[in-house]
Amino acid sequence: MMKLAQTILGGSLVAVALGAATPAMAGAVLDGVKQRDQLVCGVHTGRAGFAQADGSGKWSGLDVDFCRAVAAAVLGDAEKVKYVPTSGQTRITALQSGEIDLLARNTTFNFTRDTSLGLMWTGVNFYDGQAFIVKKRPNLTSAKQLDKATICIDAGTSTERNLQDFARDNKLTFKTVVFDNAEASKQAFISGRCHAYTGDYTALAILRATDLPNPDDYELLPEIISKEPVGPAVRRGDEEWFTIVRWVLQAMQGAEELGLTRENIDEMAKSEDVSIKRFTGNGDDIGKSLGLDKQWAYRIVKQVGNYGESFARNLGDQSPLKLDRGLNRLYKDGGLVYPLPLQ
Amino acid sequence: MTEQLKTLDRPPRKPIPIAAWLAQGALLVALLILLGWLAHNAQFNLRERNMAAGFDFLFEDSAGFAIGEGWVPFGEDDNYFRAMLAGAANTLRVALPALFLATVLGLTLGVSLVANNPLVRTIARGVVDLVRNIPLLVQVLLVYIMMTEWLPHVEEAMHFGGFYLSNGGLILPWGEVEETPFGVSGTHVLSTEWMALVTALTVYAGAFCAEIVRAGIQSVTRGQSEASHALSLTRWQALRLVIIPQGLRVAIPPYTSLMLSTIKNSSLGVAIGYPEIVSVANTSMNQTGRAIECIAVIASVYLIINLVTAFIMAQVNRRVAIKER
Repeated sequence: MMKLAQTILGGSLVAVALGAATPAMAGAVLDGVKQRDQLVCGVHTGRAGFAQADGSGKWSGLDVDFCRAVAAAVLGDAEKVKYVPTSGQTRITALQSGEIDLLARNTTFNFTRDTSLGLMWTGVNFYDGQAFIVKKRPNLTSAKQLDKATICIDAGTSTERNLQDFARDNKLTFKTVVFDNAEASKQAFISGRCHAYTGDYTALAILRATDLPNPDDYELLPEIISKEPVGPAVRRGDEEWFTIVRWVLQAMQGAEELGLTRENIDEMAKSEDVSIKRFTGNGDDIGKSLGLDKQWAYRIVKQVGNYGESFARNLGDQSPLKLDRGLNRLYKDGGLVYPLPLQ
Repeated sequence: MTEQLKTLDRPPRKPIPIAAWLAQGALLVALLILLGWLAHNAQFNLRERNMAAGFDFLFEDSAGFAIGEGWVPFGEDDNYFRAMLAGAANTLRVALPALFLATVLGLTLGVSLVANNPLVRTIARGVVDLVRNIPLLVQVLLVYIMMTEWLPHVEEAMHFGGFYLSNGGLILPWGEVEETPFGVSGTHVLSTEWMALVTALTVYAGAFCAEIVRAGIQSVTRGQSEASHALSLTRWQALRLVIIPQGLRVAIPPYTSLMLSTIKNSSLGVAIGYPEIVSVANTSMNQTGRAIECIAVIASVYLIINLVTAFIMAQVNRRVAIKER
């Protein structure tokens, strides 16, 4: 009895002593990434066009391309990425705890998230909005007619709050059924348990195009009831990393503005244009202030492509989804993408 | 003679050495140090990462989401505390009926397992083995999918005696019932999620309860049932008056465990959209980012419910179970 008590006592004291060693601090994220020689990127568990793994485990999508761009800029190789699938529930805690370096997971950039979670949003890589999908009915042409309908929602998203705001503004009452996974909510919608399913417009359009049994029986209602600008996020406290990620996004979009693509960048690098020379690493050093080498922007375009190419490949006309760029066009073409000057 | 027997019943206790007390005390202190260090570390890390901490958010912010059903009326302007309360009420709302029905089912199946009729015995055995070996989550999803796919749509709800049954739920005749473009809707509804969860929990707990009842019945010595037969009691009377009361002593502790685990299993409602405490706390956690606080709330809710249940069952145990002389 005494022996046992002594063993337990001794063991717990040792545990305390070991534990009292310095807790694992993140330090500079960039140092961690370079030391590991790998970027750990949090992505969606599976959303067509944004982040999806195919049969052999190869990831592709708009958010995946962004992770690859950061890896190309920082580590020199777009393939040095470890993708961590996160659900709507776990994505925030995964970033907060340091499990991932970067969250590129279709996550809306809003006030609450940017200020109270210990995270910072680096920009917007996709402009979206919340919409409704319903099974077609005669006379149902607007979301304002959904009074007393049952609506399916995925938990852990800004969707719920937006829906309540919409209900209040239009004096409607909804019955909401909240599921913790998209499969269950999709099944409930298809079976008729819910009359409507609400989520991001793009996700619903993709659902209709790829996942519903009879796509022509369903339609998206015209109302877009919220702004959902989604973008990559990082933890607070590391401004160096924040700045790098922010400018990787700007460079991807800026490349499209300058007309630089994967195919033509080597040719264009020989140009006399000052902006292009700077971008491709032949002019002023744009890497020093970030802690990277001169060629970081060149590598992004060479290995991943510019924003327009990434969009076309994953969501646009080169993909099965054939989505319109909408607000995601360059400002010159009537959209909201306004790359900051890389000078 | 009785005096001697009394003293022999309880042997004299050995005195506990001081060293043992000191060792226990030191272990307690070490444990407290470990816990204190963990809490301090957590607070330090939270502050480092500029994350807010504390339970004040429960009362300050309006929740901004709605809860579809339950005993506690909840609108999106109410605060998070009320949301948690509604979630906890929903947990009880599904656990209590499930426990009651599971007990009834368990008694029936348990008695069938030891019945004289071989057909009854075999069927009961088959049901119990099937249900016990399939994970509860799978059963919950299965029941929910069956209900949503096979019940008619709300617009074509089955109507009988004021009740409307559809894949949107069972609308009860008391309260207001109105026709809307989206089918019949009423104020008092048993939703599909509630029905599916209660059914799955009942069946699962009922199967385990059946085994507990069987163990209780079989723990009573054969002599008791032979004696009841000699006194010309029917099988039912023997069960009711002689065997089950004695079997309860063996059955009540595992039954208490079953009750506690059924209450905790109600958390699977999250998978089918039933807004019980885990679902509500998860939504709150996502909206506010306060992971530690919300998990603490979930744990406390289950702890309180289960401690109350265990306490009640301990009283039942003391009253009902027969003491040894």
